[in-house]
Amino acid sequence: MSSGAATYDLGNLHGGLRLDDEKAASTAVAVQVLPIPQQLILPIQQHVGEPAHPIVGIGEHVLKGQLIAEADGSLSAPVHASSSGKVLAIEPWPVSRRRGDSAPCIVIECDGEDQAIVPVDAPAPFNTLTPDALRQQILAGGIVGLGGAVFPTGQKLMQAATMPLEHLILNGVECEPYISCDDLLMREQAAEVLGGAQILMHALNVTGCFVVIESDKPEAIAAIGEAMATLDDARITLKQIPTIYPSGGEDQLVQLVTNREVPSGGLPTDVGCVVHNVGTAAAIYRWICDGEPLISRITTVSGPGVATPMNVVARIGTTVGDIIASAGGYTDQAVQLIIGGPMCGKSVTTDDVPLVKATNCILVLNQTRPIGAEQPCIRCGECATVCPIQLLPQQLFWHASADNEDKLRAHGLTDCIECGCCDLVCPSHIPLTASFRNAKARIQELADEKARAERARIRFESRNERIENEKRQREAELAEQKQSALSAGSAAIADILERQKRKHDDQEGDE
Amino acid sequence: MEFERREAPFLAPTTDVAAIMRHVLYALVPAGIAYVWYFGAGFVFNLIVAGVFCILGEAVMLRLRGRPVEVTLIDFSALVTAALLAFAMPALTPWWVTATAALFGIVVAKHLYGGLGYNLFNPAMVGYVVVLIAFPLHMNLWIAPRMGDLDYQMLTIAETAVFTLTGSFPDSLSFDAISRATPLDIVKSGLNNMRTFDELRVYPMMGNFGGRGWEWIGNFTVMGGAWLLLRKIIRWQIPFGVLTGLLIPSSIMYFLVPSISPSPGFHLFSGGTILCAFFIATDPVSAATSDKGRLIYGIGIGLLIFAIREWGSYADGVAFAVLLMNMAVPTIDYLTKPHIVGHPTKKRKSGQ
Repeated sequence: MSSGAATYDLGNLHGGLRLDDEKAASTAVAVQVLPIPQQLILPIQQHVGEPAHPIVGIGEHVLKGQLIAEADGSLSAPVHASSSGKVLAIEPWPVSRRRGDSAPCIVIECDGEDQAIVPVDAPAPFNTLTPDALRQQILAGGIVGLGGAVFPTGQKLMQAATMPLEHLILNGVECEPYISCDDLLMREQAAEVLGGAQILMHALNVTGCFVVIESDKPEAIAAIGEAMATLDDARITLKQIPTIYPSGGEDQLVQLVTNREVPSGGLPTDVGCVVHNVGTAAAIYRWICDGEPLISRITTVSGPGVATPMNVVARIGTTVGDIIASAGGYTDQAVQLIIGGPMCGKSVTTDDVPLVKATNCILVLNQTRPIGAEQPCIRCGECATVCPIQLLPQQLFWHASADNEDKLRAHGLTDCIECGCCDLVCPSHIPLTASFRNAKARIQELADEKARAERARIRFESRNERIENEKRQREAELAEQKQSALSAGSAAIADILERQKRKHDDQEGDE
Repeated sequence: MEFERREAPFLAPTTDVAAIMRHVLYALVPAGIAYVWYFGAGFVFNLIVAGVFCILGEAVMLRLRGRPVEVTLIDFSALVTAALLAFAMPALTPWWVTATAALFGIVVAKHLYGGLGYNLFNPAMVGYVVVLIAFPLHMNLWIAPRMGDLDYQMLTIAETAVFTLTGSFPDSLSFDAISRATPLDIVKSGLNNMRTFDELRVYPMMGNFGGRGWEWIGNFTVMGGAWLLLRKIIRWQIPFGVLTGLLIPSSIMYFLVPSISPSPGFHLFSGGTILCAFFIATDPVSAATSDKGRLIYGIGIGLLIFAIREWGSYADGVAFAVLLMNMAVPTIDYLTKPHIVGHPTKKRKSGQ
């Protein structure tokens, strides 16, 4: 091993699994650059938050790198054209975010020229910008977290900048089986990853950066080590960690590297850390130094259902079907298509879905897990043994089946990271993770409903109050009128009485 | 191309209930062979009777409860109950005694509580305790182990079969001729009669440290248990807890009053201690679930075994100790909930 900087000075992660890595096939060849497809499908929401707002018209000619949908709202990320061509339509298209259901996409027919937009002025060196200006600049590049969470990076940096920070952690840990895109990225573009780290340190005003890689990736470790030697930046340290799934989760990585637990419901910034994926760092480097927004990414195409497993650089918007065709097409074992890894990915029904910023892996498996083959829980406790959060999945499952929201909260349902470890070791084959996902969704639904009901109640009450006020006002007016009428009336009565009295007196006087 | 939609994770589970139960059965094979070597073919007959009635009881109960019979029967859990019962029974037991234990364990302790996964008590131990109380005569007659005595008399397979079927011997044999007090019984009654442990341990029945036969069955049981530990089918906390829970008080007593205290080694290898530590207490369904909880559960069983042997009226206390700790499991589980990562610890909370 070439790097002397590698260390094992680590915190503890509870549980986890050692999984067969299944990465040999896709790491055997260098990253292949795919040709520009005939059509690009660009979802306007490829990130956490609000969908971007399209700013191009149908029939309009766009250039590579041109902004076609701008960030809309406080949590959003813009979308850029991945190649030059004509906007064909803005219409619903199946997407992986929704497991093959449709979402609005900008469809571009590529002209094959791949003509890039000419920047107004050459990008300024990043260290001449203020950290705040740099963060704004990163936001404009459409950069989102490429590790899978797709949180808009600009906003993540802005949030982080409000907190006292100690470490920037670059996440080069790819703990899910089959996925190797970050490994290949580090092997082939180590300088860009570290360049991105320097930009991030400037944007965050931090003076320490850990690049964390699993020890079973010697090539990536060597490449990063070499690039570190060239760069000679004492702020950057390489850390090796043992290969245990799910050590690549953001909070788990923080725990491993710093031995600090990210508080429940909190963020790594609560313990002075901010974590970015190595792919995100490289994308930031390309945007800030070369002016190229996030329009392509490396993705792993693998699994027994793919003829030639490999890593490819593909334009965002290329359909998964096109990418698989470039990797030699399907084998006759192709049964299940998964976007993402085999532990946390999403199964989709069609390969028409486009590659999006989040797509780190396209996996074609040769088997599906049987449905309904579960047996009763025998309380073996293996699920609790492997849970990285130290939850009690068997208890959670019990409460999830009973829909007991209070108990679910008390047992930490919302802390579940849905890593799937418990499912794998369950001898009764209970679909634990799916049940937790559903329970979370139900609780969210209930909370939403409660919030809606609360809003409705406030609306109703204010309406009632308004009506009540109006009524009171009307009554007051009425009373006033009555009062005046009464006072007028009583005068009249008094008058009558007076007259009668006088009459009476007169009569008496007559007798 | 169209694909099916499933939920993550997509990888196949690494094990199943049937595989776990099968491994437990495999792990019992060495001990079973040792048992037959020392106590004869009666063990095999017990195993057959217990197996037949456990599976029968399971099948009938599944049918009555409207559950899929074939799917559940092949999980081998009924056979594990049967095997544990066969080990617990005296080597010569009339079939109806074993059958009662098997049916009571499966029907009442397992299925009336909701079937596999829901039973509060270990079915094999419930069955054993029921017949221990219902058939005290049969449950307290043990034959002598091979080479335990000079006048040792080996029963033929036919004689064993006759006794298992009828509960009595052919005229040429009497129970007195072949039965012996177990080492635990020798110690219990010997100490009650004011004799010292040193006087008692010279009996040939007492073997080298844990009783003739018993000590070797114990060794082979440990082998199977170690294999289960290696295969991670059981975890170390329960066996460690049971053994230390028994060893610590027995060592203290042996150190303080050696004349009237059986040695710790004797405690460990006589009776059902080893089988309990690796195979009975480790039944996941009726044990505590967290690591700390399992340790407490194990230690509790060990302490209770010691207490029952030392002060109780029964020679061995394994079954009672297990059942008593089964009762404590919900409380142990409640009190040993692990700290959820990212949640404030108790220390931190009180510091605030």
